[in-house]
Amino acid sequence: MLLDIREIHKSFHKPDGSELLVLDGINLAVNKGEIIGLLGRSGSGKSTLLRLIAGLASPSAGSIIYLGNEVTAPPPGVAMVFQNSALFPWLTVLENVQLGLEALGLPINELRQRAIKAIDLIGLDGFESAYPRELSGGMRQRVGFARALVVHPNILLMDEPFSALDVLTAETLRTDFLDLWSEGQLPIKGVILVTHNIEEAVLMCDRIFIFGNNPGRIINEIKVELTHPRARLDPTFRDLVEHIYVEMTTRAVSTSAGKRTEYFPGTGIGTNLPSVTSNSLSGLIEAVAAPPYNGEADLPVIASSLRMEIDDLFPVAETLQMLRFAEVAGGDIKLTTEGLQFLEFDTDQRKRLFAWHLLTYVALAAHIRRVLDERPTHRAPWNRFSDELEDYMPQAAAERTLRTIITLGRYAEIFSYDDEKHIFSLDNP
Amino acid sequence: MMQRLSVSKWSRRFSALFWDGVAALLVLGLIVFLAQASSDFMQPLVESEHDVISLDPSALPEYALRTSLRMLLAMVLSLLFTFTYATWAAKSRRAEQILIPLLDILQSVPILGFISITVVFFLSFAPGKMLGAELASIFAIFTSQAWNMAFSFYQSLHTVPRELDEVSRSFRLSPWMRFWKLEVPFAMPALIWNMMMSMSGSWFFVVASEAISVGDTIVTLPGIGSYIALAIDQRDLGAVGWAIAVMLIVILIYDQLLFRPLVAWADRFRFEQEAGVPPPHSWVLTVLRRSQWVAFTTALFAKIWCWTYQRSQQPAWKAGFSWKKTEVNLKPWVDWLWYGMIAVVCVAISWKITFFVLQEVALAEVGTAVFLGFITMIRVFVLITVASVIWVPVGVWLGLRPGAARIAQPIAQFMAAFPANLLFPLAVYGIVTLQLDPDIWLSPLMILGTQWYILFNVIAGASTIPGELRDISANLGVRGWLWWRRIALPAVFPFYMTGVITASGGSWNASIVAEIVSWGNTTLQAHGLGAYITEATVAGDFHRVVLGIAVMSAFVVMINRLFWRPLYVLAERKFRLG
Repeated sequence: MLLDIREIHKSFHKPDGSELLVLDGINLAVNKGEIIGLLGRSGSGKSTLLRLIAGLASPSAGSIIYLGNEVTAPPPGVAMVFQNSALFPWLTVLENVQLGLEALGLPINELRQRAIKAIDLIGLDGFESAYPRELSGGMRQRVGFARALVVHPNILLMDEPFSALDVLTAETLRTDFLDLWSEGQLPIKGVILVTHNIEEAVLMCDRIFIFGNNPGRIINEIKVELTHPRARLDPTFRDLVEHIYVEMTTRAVSTSAGKRTEYFPGTGIGTNLPSVTSNSLSGLIEAVAAPPYNGEADLPVIASSLRMEIDDLFPVAETLQMLRFAEVAGGDIKLTTEGLQFLEFDTDQRKRLFAWHLLTYVALAAHIRRVLDERPTHRAPWNRFSDELEDYMPQAAAERTLRTIITLGRYAEIFSYDDEKHIFSLDNP
Repeated sequence: MMQRLSVSKWSRRFSALFWDGVAALLVLGLIVFLAQASSDFMQPLVESEHDVISLDPSALPEYALRTSLRMLLAMVLSLLFTFTYATWAAKSRRAEQILIPLLDILQSVPILGFISITVVFFLSFAPGKMLGAELASIFAIFTSQAWNMAFSFYQSLHTVPRELDEVSRSFRLSPWMRFWKLEVPFAMPALIWNMMMSMSGSWFFVVASEAISVGDTIVTLPGIGSYIALAIDQRDLGAVGWAIAVMLIVILIYDQLLFRPLVAWADRFRFEQEAGVPPPHSWVLTVLRRSQWVAFTTALFAKIWCWTYQRSQQPAWKAGFSWKKTEVNLKPWVDWLWYGMIAVVCVAISWKITFFVLQEVALAEVGTAVFLGFITMIRVFVLITVASVIWVPVGVWLGLRPGAARIAQPIAQFMAAFPANLLFPLAVYGIVTLQLDPDIWLSPLMILGTQWYILFNVIAGASTIPGELRDISANLGVRGWLWWRRIALPAVFPFYMTGVITASGGSWNASIVAEIVSWGNTTLQAHGLGAYITEATVAGDFHRVVLGIAVMSAFVVMINRLFWRPLYVLAERKFRLG
């Protein structure tokens, strides 16, 4: 066993001194020769877990055992590939790749040889003296891989390494990596891949851990037993992708019906709102209503037809569900009667319907409106609500939630907001 | 839990004020200490060395060389200071609390005011010899260069991109390697820009610091500054002309041989990898890059540096996994000890300052100094307004025409670098001939050198107005006053603020030499705090010098905190494009 993660909890301090739990009881083990996938939406704590494994942060409770030792600082033999390649722009390709070796204190001749070998392996020969700014995104990410591989790590950590690339480049890089891996050319014993792309996870991983939100936790573990190279159009592959889609959507709903109000969209004022706009909401309604879906669509299908990733589509779909314009379940999205009605209306009627739904189903919107109504001046500062929200969520999330409610509230004309004075008011709503 | 809750904005604001106060006390305390040490050593000396300066133009190249060497030495010192002081402040929480406000206050202290004190102090090390005076001059130049460089470096250290930080941690770079591979390169573009600004600003001080008279002590160092001081003394207009011409050439050479290559070279350190903007170019750098000899030398240096990395690194097999447990919780009693120490030091210093000043000066004179401060303040504000009314429209006009801006921008930067005090004699000559009122006509001298900061910042701002924005205003027929109000002024406002803050700070400093100016044995004097400080300096009265400096620093700090900074924040928030 390469790595053993036991009962990891991680929480962050909030400004008011209380704790925010982002990882709750994570257990997983990585064996030699495995590619492990951590699949989940943004905010599910999977990147945080990766940083704990890399020794860049320390867990609040639990332990990470790597080759029999507890990880408390960046351990040797664990290398990371970053989302945006994270190259040093002032170093050439060769110097970037050498960085880790220099830190090991190797003699100059040896580190040059190893770096050139790694550069050749990853298909960058001829670019040794180029600076990162001269390279395309895909080439840069290759340098990122070479830099990680050259230190001959036991474990390679990958933090969404393909998500910043265009579709074709990402696919080439993935298959190149998989080819090298299955041919045994890579000097690594195990891989942990963080991703929010379901197909990517199924394409690359031997085991996939699906992460749930609030707090981040593992909701399921799925073994992928297809042989490499895997074909995306293979029916077994498609079934697996569909299965995981359903898993991720139904789990979100079934847990939400449970104990904590925050999970259920639109109940408490502490609901964490994603960054969505009224345009994206009505855009999805239109897309689902249009043929060939006619009001009911398969989420993976509509996602790919809109060229969106789940990370982009889920927040919109969930907000529609929160507003009762749609229902999301079993990997499907279905418009409600009101959702269909919304389509028929002209701009003013739409706004009125939207306002009514916003005030009825989104507690925060109703709360802001009530506070403004109650105050004689009909004004309230930003802090009035942000402080309140920070009891439920970290500061960044509170800010995002408040920004979203401002956008939606402005569209619905239920209140207005002055960004210079940071004041909510009922002026001219 | 309640205690943590109360650490909110109010206490943060209060604590900022508190640390500012501590820093101000420390700076003043240091000046008092220097002044007291100096007054013990005050003695008439080195009168004879005054004769060494020759007004023959053929001596000027040597003087220019000496002056620029002083400049270069001070720059090296400033860099050393930057790398140590700013790094210390960025890495240690306790040090940061005190070091950063200290920098802030030091930036606001009028350097010209305490040159006299430091001269005598350094002379006391090597009385009768030039070394002390050289040190004092270099120190004065250093004080005009170091603060903003250190600030810029400190800020860069705090904004190192998170991912690069994680890369260097996960590859376990030693602190030494991390410093040279990550932190210094990342800070380089901003640091070089600040070095250029520092250099621009310090020509003014190098000229002022070469010929100093404190009481009976007259110190002259061979250099352009002393040359011009002698020319003024002997009313030699021709010699003044020569000095100005040579200064122009020196600044030009510095620009071509030092800064252009540096800027072109530092381009690779820019973190944003945007395309489109043509990279800066320097013929000197191209020559250097093609030279075999230079290539050999740099390769040698690179080797040595690599070797230091290896030495600084713990070998992997020794390192283990938990080679460094981070201490998260500092013990509270250490904190209390630290704060207690600061409190004791502060009380002692304030007692000392009060005692030192009131020893010689009546309490009522503090009121006089404050009153004079107000006069100088009015001058600064009026001049800034006048300069703005002139240069903002000109700058916008130039900035919107790329061809014109390309020519005007370097000229404006060049004018900012030119030591305006070289031109003072000409002004005095004019005022005396035309018999004008010095209280009014000496004032423009204060802004002579600093107004250019307004101009070149506005040019820079206007040239960033996006083409689309101009197209849409043409399309909608927005012109005249509406165009200025809605497009031009908001777009250049943040840039204008940067320029105007620099100009204002510089003018306060310049008031010390501009409010009292002489030409041969004619001396013109305006009423103001600058003149007060200069008079006290000439009389060798350190008690009044300290009082003057304290009052001026207080004015500058207050104006910055209560007026410029809020405006700057507003500009950043409201008008920053993109």
